[in-house]
Amino acid sequence: MYAPMVSALLSVVVGSALGGVARYFVSGIVARRVGETFPWGTLSVNVSGAFLIGIFAALARNNASLFAAPNPWLFAVTGFLGCYTTVSSFSLQTLALARDGEGGRAIGYVAISVALSIGAVAVGFAIVNLTR
Amino acid sequence: MTDGKAAPNRWNTAILYGYIATGSVVGGVARYLLSLVIQFGTEFPWATLFVNVTGSFIIGFYSTFSGPDGRLFASARQRQFVMTGFCGGYTTFSTFSLETFRLLQAGMVQTAYTNIAISIATWLVAAWLGHLLANRLNSLKRS
Repeated sequence: MYAPMVSALLSVVVGSALGGVARYFVSGIVARRVGETFPWGTLSVNVSGAFLIGIFAALARNNASLFAAPNPWLFAVTGFLGCYTTVSSFSLQTLALARDGEGGRAIGYVAISVALSIGAVAVGFAIVNLTR
Repeated sequence: MTDGKAAPNRWNTAILYGYIATGSVVGGVARYLLSLVIQFGTEFPWATLFVNVTGSFIIGFYSTFSGPDGRLFASARQRQFVMTGFCGGYTTFSTFSLETFRLLQAGMVQTAYTNIAISIATWLVAAWLGHLLANRLNSLKRS
């Protein structure tokens, strides 16, 4: 009875460790390449993570797919993508822009993050459905 | 390990990644367990809103409380553990995006827009309130 719970938890644990480290790595590279005056690093992980979650969500609709099973979903979506993307840094960065008198950039950051992320889910979802 | 100079640097980087991975695991597992508990049987994604709001509050509070003028002394690694690791892993933008997309797909456009508006507003207010509370506590020390 406990085995499924343990394997579910383990899936989240392994996915979380990889996702958090991947976020630090990718957002760091982007920030160093593009500059840190605007939170491009966090924007990149949030949009690429949204694109991937759209792909996984579309794959999971097919019962024969790997991601229709609970543990692969917990690993890839709840664990990895859940930790790869972040709202806390997004909130902190938006407030920092606003406090620095960059109100326009703060609003732009929010609008771009939301629009691109939801758009990326739709694109990821559509790509899987088209290629099926 | 052939390069004697680079080795300590690499070791520091490895430890930093360990802190971030551990914080991320604690945050990710907390988010998962809360998603099992917070189920109201409604279409609105309450569990995701809850983790994102509380995570924003925690990062707003902790970044100021452990900042340069902060009351709490925290090492760079401890700050990475809490902010990059825990808060980053605990909150999630991808699930928020997927849930909003699913609401749109289901034709629940009004609920989707409500989710976006309420989420953005409460995330930012929570981070701001956390910052204000920490500022308050920081200034108590000096009076």
